[in-house]
Amino acid sequence: MKTYTAVFLLFLAFCFSANASEKALLQTANIDPSNRVSLLRGAKHFVTYCLGCHSVKYMRYLRIALDTGTDEKTVLTEIAPEGAGIYDPLHTAMNKRDAEKWFGVQPPDLSLIARSRGADWLYSYLTSYYTDAQRPFGVNNLIYPQTAMPNPFWQLQGEQVAKTRKTIWGKHLELELTTPGKLSEQEFSRLTNDLVNFLVYVGEPEQQERKALGRYVLFFLLIFAVIAYLLKREYWKDIH
Amino acid sequence: MKMKRLADAGQWILERFPLAKVWEEHMTNYYAPKNFNFWYFFGSLALLMLLNQIVTGILLTMNYKPDAHLAFDSVEYIMRDVHWGWLVRYMHSTGASAFFIVIYLHMFRGLMYGSFKQPRELVWIFGMLLFVCLMAEAFMGYLLPWGQMSYWGAQVIISLFSAIPVIGDDLSLWIRGDYVVSDATLNRFFAFHVIAVPLVLILLVFMHLVALHEVGSNNPDGVEIKKYKNEKGVPLDGIPFHPYYTVKDIFGVAVFLLFFATVIFYMPEMNGYFLEHANFIPADPMKTPEHIAPVWYFTPFYAILRAIPDKFAGVVGMGGAIVVLFLLPWLDRNPVRSIRYRSGFYKKALLLFVISFIALGYLGTQPATPTLTVFARIFTAIYFAFFLLMPLYTRWEKTKPVPTRVSPHHEIEDDLPALLEEITIIKPSQSEIGDPAFRGAFYNRRPNPEGIIKVLSRFGKKIVESLD
Repeated sequence: MKTYTAVFLLFLAFCFSANASEKALLQTANIDPSNRVSLLRGAKHFVTYCLGCHSVKYMRYLRIALDTGTDEKTVLTEIAPEGAGIYDPLHTAMNKRDAEKWFGVQPPDLSLIARSRGADWLYSYLTSYYTDAQRPFGVNNLIYPQTAMPNPFWQLQGEQVAKTRKTIWGKHLELELTTPGKLSEQEFSRLTNDLVNFLVYVGEPEQQERKALGRYVLFFLLIFAVIAYLLKREYWKDIH
Repeated sequence: MKMKRLADAGQWILERFPLAKVWEEHMTNYYAPKNFNFWYFFGSLALLMLLNQIVTGILLTMNYKPDAHLAFDSVEYIMRDVHWGWLVRYMHSTGASAFFIVIYLHMFRGLMYGSFKQPRELVWIFGMLLFVCLMAEAFMGYLLPWGQMSYWGAQVIISLFSAIPVIGDDLSLWIRGDYVVSDATLNRFFAFHVIAVPLVLILLVFMHLVALHEVGSNNPDGVEIKKYKNEKGVPLDGIPFHPYYTVKDIFGVAVFLLFFATVIFYMPEMNGYFLEHANFIPADPMKTPEHIAPVWYFTPFYAILRAIPDKFAGVVGMGGAIVVLFLLPWLDRNPVRSIRYRSGFYKKALLLFVISFIALGYLGTQPATPTLTVFARIFTAIYFAFFLLMPLYTRWEKTKPVPTRVSPHHEIEDDLPALLEEITIIKPSQSEIGDPAFRGAFYNRRPNPEGIIKVLSRFGKKIVESLD
């Protein structure tokens, strides 16, 4: 029995060590998809910094207005780019041919990026650009090395440099802010969090409705289970 | 007057169609052993899941487009624009995983209580055929969302057929209808998933139940209740399925739905196990994902496939892992059915088998590193040893005497008051409020550490003892 336990523990140790190296790098995004103001700020940032290249084709401006309880006109004037209609999806202005000429690949649609990558990955990715003269746009990324995407926030965040540091776990890269940007570290973190929050929301727009409805369903089922149990007890009382 | 007309109409039907007879034969006059426990909920739950998949599936086909260009978009359309589409889709996707959980527990029940043994071999065979059909159904359904994992999972699994000597390449080409997984594959999988396999499933469920009702249900004691009957020919340890087990199963359904709804409303992706993260990226035939893993319910078999170095041998191993289950009634040579009266050796072997099955399931979700492959090989060996050595170790097993009648009816909830008494102590109220409501015995109960330790150690001892 002891040998089994030892083998089993060894097995567990390997399982965890296989995972640890990947996830340690990610920072935690501080998001709340029920925060409508944050979503609106995120939508605004998305249109300003991302929509130039990336679409969110499954999302309409109308849905943003409805889900955040905002006036349609406000969404059109404050958030949507000029000329967009309320029923339009969040299409990008860049066409495929140009995109491939400029970046090598067409930037992906971001409707479901939060569901495939996760909020923490997105937050870490957006904040982990560093200067690298060997890349075509002069920047590389710690989370997604050799990324084809230039840093959209280079003016806001400032420039980061990667430095190798030796620790007991081995060598690893660490980022250091060399040239400060227009935003303070706190302001920039809020901007990225809002943006990630928006991306999480567009990944599954009905998620708030889903969670809200869940309470009532579970409450009903609980009552149903109690009644079903009492019914069963009543029927079974003469079985010995 | 109206009531009489209704009764006449009912009579008219009954004279021509044996509705009442079938109801009596399979519900009110079908005698099931009275000692069914928790494990006996999963049969009816599997039926509930089949119904859930059929109803939600029909609703999904109303908006889904089986076309390589439109499939992914149409699923997102269902999730976003169709009224209640998200709920229907989550019920279907969670339902698939729940179906497998229920089926695995249902099969394990059969393994524990020897429900596959004489005279229930055919019940087990039909059940196994159902399992294989269910796997085919789930595999083909998983291609339909046309995400990266759908696409590459199907690519990997279909290419396994090409490992078969001589006919392999032509066979996999014939299955796909193209040289790679493509629109043609999607269309035929849609046809199979939506109509062909479900029809077979329903037919097999019917046969599974007919075979079961012919021989009667087994029970946790593995005792044949038909041996002792009263003067009317009713088994002494049997109770009519309806109403006793119908009301009991309704309670089981309610508890199951509590778990089911929790997943649907609060964790529909189940951390990437029920809906894989990579499947939110549209299928791209030009871009292979770094790590291809099937959904969790296939991973034990996938781990066996990867554990064997040679591709064809791996395919044979994976198929063999399912074939040995079919042979179970003839591999187990011990006439004692229930695990309650079998030897400690068999109990430990079964425990080891369960551990290796779960471990293989975990390993199948992970990238195949050299260390993990070694573990996968060990667990694969245990998996097959459990079945293939069975004719040897079950023959010389030292079993315990089997009772002639089932054990007395006992419910866990009857023990609860005594258990509560043991793990808590009554302390006089510290509150200064004089109201009797605050002085009730219930409010003055405090957890009793000594009692809790005693209960836990007794529970631990019982588990260790039960392995002998």
